Amino acid sequence: MLRDSDRIFTNLYGFEDVGLEGARARGDWDDTRALIAKGRDWIIDEVKNSGLRGRGGAGFGTGMKWSFMPKVSDGRPHYLVINADEGEPGTCKDREILRHEPHKLLEGALLAAVAMGASVSYIYIRGEFHRETEALRRAIGEAYEAGLIGKNACGSDWDFDIHLHVGAGAYICGEETALLESLEGRKGMPRLKPPFPANTGLYGCPTTVNNVESIAVAPAILRRGADWFAALGRPNNTGTKLFCISGHVNHPCTVEDEMSVPLRELIEKHAGGVRGGWDNLLAVIPGGSSVPLIPKSVCGTVLMDFDSLREVHSGLGTGAVIVMDKSTDIVRAIARLSRFYMDESCGQCTPCREGTGWLWRMMERLVTGNIAVEEIDLLDEVSRQIEGHTICAHGDAAAWPVQGLIRHFRPELERRAAAFQARQADQAA
Amino acid sequence: MSAPNDASAQPRTFAFTPENAKKAEAAVAAYPKGRQASAVLALLDLAQRQNGGWLPRAAMDAVAGILDMPPMRVYEVATFYNMYNLKPVGRHHIQVCTNVSCWLRGSDDVLAACRNALGIDLGETSADGGFTLSETECLGACVNAPVMMIGGDYYEDLDVGTATAILAELKKGGTPRPGPQSDRRACEPAGGLTTLTGWSDGRGDKPGAS
Repeated sequence: MLRDSDRIFTNLYGFEDVGLEGARARGDWDDTRALIAKGRDWIIDEVKNSGLRGRGGAGFGTGMKWSFMPKVSDGRPHYLVINADEGEPGTCKDREILRHEPHKLLEGALLAAVAMGASVSYIYIRGEFHRETEALRRAIGEAYEAGLIGKNACGSDWDFDIHLHVGAGAYICGEETALLESLEGRKGMPRLKPPFPANTGLYGCPTTVNNVESIAVAPAILRRGADWFAALGRPNNTGTKLFCISGHVNHPCTVEDEMSVPLRELIEKHAGGVRGGWDNLLAVIPGGSSVPLIPKSVCGTVLMDFDSLREVHSGLGTGAVIVMDKSTDIVRAIARLSRFYMDESCGQCTPCREGTGWLWRMMERLVTGNIAVEEIDLLDEVSRQIEGHTICAHGDAAAWPVQGLIRHFRPELERRAAAFQARQADQAA
Repeated sequence: MSAPNDASAQPRTFAFTPENAKKAEAAVAAYPKGRQASAVLALLDLAQRQNGGWLPRAAMDAVAGILDMPPMRVYEVATFYNMYNLKPVGRHHIQVCTNVSCWLRGSDDVLAACRNALGIDLGETSADGGFTLSETECLGACVNAPVMMIGGDYYEDLDVGTATAILAELKKGGTPRPGPQSDRRACEPAGGLTTLTGWSDGRGDKPGAS
C-alpha cells in the first residue's frame, strides 16, 4: 500500500489549516522560483517522464499536451484553462482539492503556465460549488498578497494572473471546447476539432485545458522528480490517484492511493468493503458514469488503471468507483444514467440530441420488461450509431453504460422481457 | 428549461444596485478588452441574486446592454444553463440530487421526506413562497451521498430523519448546519482513517520524510 510519505494530497480531508501558512507547512510554494528557473523545457520533460496522464477522464499524457503549445508566441497570448467543472456522476475528487488543497492547484497552475508560456489562467469552476469557489478565491487572494502570483510571481520575473470563472449548471461544459465556449460567454456547445485548442483555443489563442488534479500534482512531480512519480503504479499507468468510492460500500470515501491498486483492495481497505460482504457485490462502474459497468466476476482481479480497465471493456475515467450490491435494480441504475445524458445533451448533434432521449425511453421500457427481445439488439445497435458520430464524446458517454449493461446483464434483460410477456398473457387469459 | 414567458411575474425594468454594478464591473475586468461577453454568466448570476433567486427578462436585457451583446445571445445563455431560474422560486430552493450515487444510498427516500415535509411536489413552490423543491443532477459530492443543495450549501450524508430535521429548522427560520449530517467532517471514511494517519496527528510517516 502507498506510504503516507508518497501521498501528494496530505490535507485531503481538510483536517489541517487550508490557508497559505498551512499549505507552506505541507511543502507547498517551497522555493517555487527555483523550479521555474530550470526552464520550461525542463518542466515539460519532467512531467512527460513522470508518465502523468490527464486525470479528467481521457487520460492523455499531460506533458505531451503541454508540449503542443507553440514554443514562441506569434503575438497572441497563451492561456492555461483549468477545468474545475467536476460533474461526472460518481466523481468528487476535485472538490477536495479546491476546498482543502487550493494552494497545490495554484502552484501547479503557475508552473504549468510557465511551461506553456501563459501569463493568464482561468479556472472554470462549476456553479454549484459555492463554498469551494469561496475557498479558492481566498487562496488566490493569499497567493497574490504573498507575491506568489501576479507580477513577478515568486520573484521569477514571470507575470501570472489567475481568474475564476464560475459556471452555471451544465455538465457538458466539462468537455474542453464546450468549456471554452462557455468561457467566451456562450452556450456550452462543443467545437469541432481541429483546430485544436493548443493552436486555436480561448479567444482564438493557443490554449491548454487541464483537469484540476492533473495540475495540482505537478508541483510534487517537479519537486520529488519524475522518477519518483513514475515508480508508482505500472508503466503507462504511473503515479498516485484520487479515487472516489461511492454507492453500496460500508464507508464511502475519497482516498489517494497508488495507480493500479486492485479494485477489490481499494474497496475493502478504504471503503470498509461491499455492504453485506464481497459476495453481495453485483457490479461496479469503475470510472464515473460514462464508462461501462463491470460485473463482479471481473471486479476481483481488475486493477484500477487505464490499461487494466480497458482490457475489460471499461475505463479508468475519473477514478470514481460506483459500487452496486445485489439489491440494486441494475437496469434502473443505467436508465437513470440515460436520463442524465439526455438532460445534459447540448442538442447540437442530431445523433446525441435525439439518440439520448431514445436511449432513455428504451431503457425505461427495459426497466419494466415492456420490450421485445429483438429490441435489445436494436438498442445495442442504435447505441453504436450514436457512439462516434457526434462532435464530442457525450454521445459515446451515453452509449457506453447501455452497452455495458447489455454485454454483462443480457440474461436479466431477457428475463424481464419474458416476465412482462407472461404477465400480459395472464391478463389476456 | 422553457423560454422566459411567464408574463404575470415579469417586472418591467431591472437595474443593478450601485454595489452590484461595481461587482459587475469587476467581473468584466477579468477578461481581455472586447471580450466582455465572457462575463455574461457572472452578471446573470448577480442579477438573479439581486432579484430574489430568479431571472426576469428585464434583467437579461439589462445584462445585454451592459455587455453590448444582442439580447438573443443572453437569452440563449440564460435558457441553456440549469442554474438560472426563469420563474420565481421560493426563499429556500431545495435541490435534491437523484443521480446514481445518491440514488443507491436512498435519495428516493430523501426526496419523499422533502415532499412530505413541504407538502409540495417536484417543481412546485409552497403557497407561502417559502420553498421550491427541485431534483438536480449530480452535485459532485458522491461519497457523501445522498446530498441536497439549499442556497449555496450542500447537506450531505442525508437520511429521512436528517433531511426532515433540516427542513423543519428552515421553516422555523433557523440556519441548519451544512455539510455531512453524519459524524464525518468531510469525505474521509466513516470507519476511521485508512490513510494520512501519521500526518494528521503530527507523528510518524510525514510526507517527504522518507
